[in-house]
Amino acid sequence: MSATSVPPSHDDLPTPMVQNRRLIPRLVWVVPIAAAVIGISLLIRNWQNAGPQITITFLNGEAVQVGKTLVKYRDVTVGRVAAVGLSADHQTVVVSADLSKDAVSLLKADTQFWVVRPRIGVGSVSGLDTLLSGVYIGIKTGAATLSERHFIGLEKPPALSHGPRGRELQLHAARAGSLSVGAPVYFRQFQVGRVIDENLLPDGSTRVTVFVDAPYDGFVKPVTRFWNASGIDVRLGADGLNVQTESLAAVIAGGLAFDDGPIEALPAAAMPGEFTLYKNETEAMAPPDGDPHFVRMRFAQALRGLDVGAPVEFVGVNIGSVVAVDLGYEGQDRSFPVIVTAKLYPRRMGQAYELLAAQGKTESEETIAAFVGTLVSRGLRAQPRSASLLTGKLYIALDFLPASPRAAFDASNRPLELPTVNGSFQELEASVGRLVKKVNDLPLEQIAADLHTDLKDLHETLADLHNQVLPNAEDALSALHRTLDSADRTLDVESPLQRGLAETLSESRSTLQAVRELADYLDRHPDALVGGRRPQKMPARPATLSSEAKP
Amino acid sequence: MTALRQSLELGLVLCRTCGLAVSRESLRIDRRCPRCQSRIEHRTPFSTEMTLAWLIAGIVFYIPANLLPVMHTSGLLGDADSTILGGIFEFWRAGDWDIALLIFIASVAVPFTKFIAIGLLLFTVRRNSGWQQHQRTTLYRIVEFIGYWSMLDVIVVALTSALMQFQVLGTAEPRAGIAFFCAVVVVTMLSALSFDPRLIWDRPS
Repeated sequence: MSATSVPPSHDDLPTPMVQNRRLIPRLVWVVPIAAAVIGISLLIRNWQNAGPQITITFLNGEAVQVGKTLVKYRDVTVGRVAAVGLSADHQTVVVSADLSKDAVSLLKADTQFWVVRPRIGVGSVSGLDTLLSGVYIGIKTGAATLSERHFIGLEKPPALSHGPRGRELQLHAARAGSLSVGAPVYFRQFQVGRVIDENLLPDGSTRVTVFVDAPYDGFVKPVTRFWNASGIDVRLGADGLNVQTESLAAVIAGGLAFDDGPIEALPAAAMPGEFTLYKNETEAMAPPDGDPHFVRMRFAQALRGLDVGAPVEFVGVNIGSVVAVDLGYEGQDRSFPVIVTAKLYPRRMGQAYELLAAQGKTESEETIAAFVGTLVSRGLRAQPRSASLLTGKLYIALDFLPASPRAAFDASNRPLELPTVNGSFQELEASVGRLVKKVNDLPLEQIAADLHTDLKDLHETLADLHNQVLPNAEDALSALHRTLDSADRTLDVESPLQRGLAETLSESRSTLQAVRELADYLDRHPDALVGGRRPQKMPARPATLSSEAKP
Repeated sequence: MTALRQSLELGLVLCRTCGLAVSRESLRIDRRCPRCQSRIEHRTPFSTEMTLAWLIAGIVFYIPANLLPVMHTSGLLGDADSTILGGIFEFWRAGDWDIALLIFIASVAVPFTKFIAIGLLLFTVRRNSGWQQHQRTTLYRIVEFIGYWSMLDVIVVALTSALMQFQVLGTAEPRAGIAFFCAVVVVTMLSALSFDPRLIWDRPS
């Protein structure tokens, strides 16, 4: 504007203007620098947030999707599957997952991973949300101090994903029965825990892992006995029908119960948290049986009705059970004896066992065999007996039968072989047979014929009686009636007989009076008998006399 | 190649606002158009420098725009963060190749074309190259034209986020990536704007 007045020769004028304006274009570099700063800060933050990458090995990668499947701890997302691949030997699926930084502390050496899928069981339904959202990988952090980046995933979820407080116990049993994971554990009918795992151990027994929740785990003591409370326990005893069950759920899904066992029966050196699982409450509460001893018995008779598990009773006390019933063969006499193997628990003999133990007779197999030998020489025999005539079941009785013939006993046999006698039920059968034979031999027909004749005679006699005797009897009875009637009349007070009798009596009384007076007089005057009656000299005396005699 | 003479040779400068031809001599005294008072420059000052700065900013922003999720959807079928490239792959795999192609062109092809085109223009201008001047001018016009088409993605996210609000059934929320993507578009447009196409025709005298 005013610059027009400035002569064009001023060449140096634009210079400061140009310098002034240079700053603004320079400022534009702030933008890329800012962009770079933002980008780098993002990168740094990302890098800082980026947690570890872990690998988990599963048997299969069903429904696990790269970039979609999440890794969740307590239902909070802590990571995401980054890759799914096969292991080098193509036997397993290797899942790589990127975890967030705060998940690092979860990665212990014993941290467990599993794929959460919908699962429906009798006791529980889980993972239903994954039906819609797809599967995810669950974490259960471990307690180990070592951290780890490579894991072997579980094929089924652990029953306790996030440790509630309580105690985990291992129960050992020959068989688990109808137990399943999630089955309840009862303490006096209260549910205090549940079964969290079941394993088949290499030796074929089962190990059941149970979890008892926190306030109740104090009830589990070293003396605690666990038993299988599945199903319904129906018992018909002397006290009537007894039905016992823990709960309806236990009936369906199976269950466990525990309670304090007998105090004196403290188990030996069991690991803490390891218990035996008994078949039922009765068995659980029984004092410990100790180790069984096996014996063998050879019976020369059929043993129909003797089952495996049948009791073996020693003097009426159940000390064991039959474990096998086999058929043997005797080459000498070509017979087929029945060989019964039984296990005996000497500890069940109670006090007797303790006494024997105190005498050192239970120390070794040899001392036991020797002791049994002395018992055999005293007449110990095994004998099959009928437990119930109704069912025909047999049991083995070990009893002292001194009358039985001597039997050989080899103390070196293993298992020990006990001498046997034939069953009492056979003798019973024989005597019953004899009885039946006698009954058969009776001349029943003859007796019947005789009886028939006798009866006929009797009948005739009775007819005679009716026809002849009875009418006469009737006459006799009416005559008797008349007689009694007249007797009645005779005895009546108003009857002439009575009156006469009364008079007679009164007269006889007077007579007697006179006789007494005479006797009195004679007493006083015995001479009167000779001299006769004297005239009355002393008036007083006769007065008294007369007054006495008059009445 | 051309018989046309350049304004510089004639000692003239054109006002870009009102089209007044001003003698170059007068600009030494006053850099404003005598008629409309607009600032008159023979060439936009620091044009290449500013273009380069915006371009670099755009390229830098383009990285997080692609790496970060642009949208977060959650619903019955679970939560998902989607990035631009992830979305394209997903559409492609689902069989919607047309949509995938559209998003690809708008979000990947266009920004890339712009980066390369502006970079090429800057490079050739710096070298004072006389190569393909006509085509380069056309290229510049295309770059200017397609610039705002990249906003397609931003609009898709904005609309989806606004419309898809069904609480439990499904919700969509924008994520940081879309802001970066928006910045890419704006910055590259500024970059194209600050480029002076007249430089293409400047030949070394």
